[in-house]
Amino acid sequence: MAQMTMVQAITDAMRVELKRDETVLVFGEDVGKNGGVFRATEGLQSEFGEQRVFDTPLAESGIGGLAVGLSINGFRPVAEIQFFGFVFETFDAIASQATRMRYRSGGRFHSPVTFRSPFGGGVKTPELHADSLEGLMLQTPGLKVVIPSNPYDAKGLLISAIRDNDPVVFLEHMKLYRSFRQEVPEGDYAIPLGKANVVKEGTDVTIITYGAMVHTSLKAAEEIEKARGAKVEVIDLRTISPLDIDTIVESVKKTNRAIVVQEAQKTSGVAAEIITQINERAILHLEAPVLRITAPDTVYPFAQAEDVWLPDVKRVVDGLTQVLDF
Amino acid sequence: MSVTTAVEQTENNAPLQILAPDGTVVRPDLMPNLSDDELRELMRKMVFTRVWDQRAISLNRQGRLGFYAPVAGQEASMIGSEGALSKEDFILPSYRDIPQMVWHGFPMHQAFLYSRGHIEGGRIPEGVNVLMPQIIIAAQCTQATGVAMGYKLRGEKRVAINYFGDGATSQGDFYEGMNYAGVYKLPVIFFSQNNGYAISLPFEKQTASENIAVKAVAAGIASERIDGMDIMAVYYAVLKAKERGVNGEGATLIEAMTYRYGPHTMAGDDPTRYRTGEEQSEWELRDPLIRFRKFLEAKGLWNEKDEEAVIEEAKKAVADAIKKADEAPKMKVSELIDCMFETLPPSLEEQKAEYLAKESK
Repeated sequence: MAQMTMVQAITDAMRVELKRDETVLVFGEDVGKNGGVFRATEGLQSEFGEQRVFDTPLAESGIGGLAVGLSINGFRPVAEIQFFGFVFETFDAIASQATRMRYRSGGRFHSPVTFRSPFGGGVKTPELHADSLEGLMLQTPGLKVVIPSNPYDAKGLLISAIRDNDPVVFLEHMKLYRSFRQEVPEGDYAIPLGKANVVKEGTDVTIITYGAMVHTSLKAAEEIEKARGAKVEVIDLRTISPLDIDTIVESVKKTNRAIVVQEAQKTSGVAAEIITQINERAILHLEAPVLRITAPDTVYPFAQAEDVWLPDVKRVVDGLTQVLDF
Repeated sequence: MSVTTAVEQTENNAPLQILAPDGTVVRPDLMPNLSDDELRELMRKMVFTRVWDQRAISLNRQGRLGFYAPVAGQEASMIGSEGALSKEDFILPSYRDIPQMVWHGFPMHQAFLYSRGHIEGGRIPEGVNVLMPQIIIAAQCTQATGVAMGYKLRGEKRVAINYFGDGATSQGDFYEGMNYAGVYKLPVIFFSQNNGYAISLPFEKQTASENIAVKAVAAGIASERIDGMDIMAVYYAVLKAKERGVNGEGATLIEAMTYRYGPHTMAGDDPTRYRTGEEQSEWELRDPLIRFRKFLEAKGLWNEKDEEAVIEEAKKAVADAIKKADEAPKMKVSELIDCMFETLPPSLEEQKAEYLAKESK
């Protein structure tokens, strides 16, 4: 086993799949010689050649259409959208084309594309780079949306995403790319999509979260445990679509209290969906309303306001306190 | 003459023509090398398609079809281009391009089911290399690059052809597709049927460009501007574009100048609001069926009896296909749910169960 950062684990996942299956192709802006702006594709072109790993012109709609066309012609494209704020340029290819392929063709074609993209705040990017648009993806029928929170999961989930016969959006939080290292197995292992991970067990309140907010939530859990001895359960969703509602409901039935923590804006997002489903399935188990800790409903802020805008440990602690004291 | 570049073409803006409207051959040097039977077959398909279109319009008016975009006037562009391809080549059509799909092997009764909004209307049989008609008007231009790149990577001698109208050339995907095809030298044919109107918008309000063919210059790919009412010119241009593609010379943009006699679609479009009767009459003088019929008659390859036989054949085929479409059981929401993922996630399993319960009542 090797110690890897999340970005190294992601590169390794692509290497494993490029080696294993010759229909896997990796492409996007600057992914070739340059190895990607975050070096996520570092070394892959020299190892697998320009036919398997290649640069595209700077046109995201073209990347999406190329991926969809290749996918119906028997390939497994791994297409990089350089920053997720640029996804609108290729939203038609993802949301209207790839996701509809199986239905439109009555099952003759499917679109096994993995759209990889860096996203997420806290690293002071220019505008339209960090945006958390996963809620839009969640609302798109036929799309799987994966958001890893650590190197081990990132590799196993990306391998699953590439092997999946449905279109997958794979979102890589920029702040997590190099923030810590973890033991990551060499070679091949897969973590199933649609299965959440209980990263910390507890009995008094559940935090449901994903991506970078897993780490914020774990810190908040530690603080509140120290402060008042409450035992906090933390669920890392790993994939927000499909949503592992069984794991969520099971936890809420045990703890009777929950908050959902997401980096994205408040309205109609992942948290809203989870709270709705908890209401539908477990409302009589609740001792307090389920709160959501989110960013406000504004456009993503310029760098100066980013740290205050993003949910932080204090806001999660406040949320936990509120539901515990309800 | 080989395929010209758009720059050469603009020096003389007249679209390439092989048959004049009176059926005489004006460019014998470019005449496609087709047998008598092959020539007759192209005529058969055009007559068949004209009758089928008339029947489809009538069925639509009776409420027996759904969405339908009439094709009369564009038969030479449609059938000449499909005729120059082989069944291995891949068609990415737009909403009007049902004839190319059917002549490429897609069953007609399924085209009717597509029109009625039935899932069976999209179930493309194995071995039929088409996608369902694209609604986002230039999305197929980018997708065609992917299909073509697949052929290139595998070293297959096949091309992808994508059909779109003049309106689609205003959309970014048209340019992005051509640009990708140029950069990667892909075996793609961008086939624009310029019928002069994007619904009601005339060409001169669509673009200030002199024509569509010149737009290939910016992408560094070849282009050809042709008379889309002349099936021989269409056949010639597509064959050349295919040769170019499979020989590794890259993509071609073809602009076929054509006309739709009918409305944009049967869903309420009224062309008299934006076109004159004189204009339509002028185009009818260039009709693709009259022109090719005259050419074939002069060679003794076509007569009234042939024509009548095809008309009868088409009427019967349409009647049979409609009957078959009528026999399809009504589409179910549970079938739609089944198509969302390879394996249904639990949430959709729940939703499917709800609909199965409703559907069993």
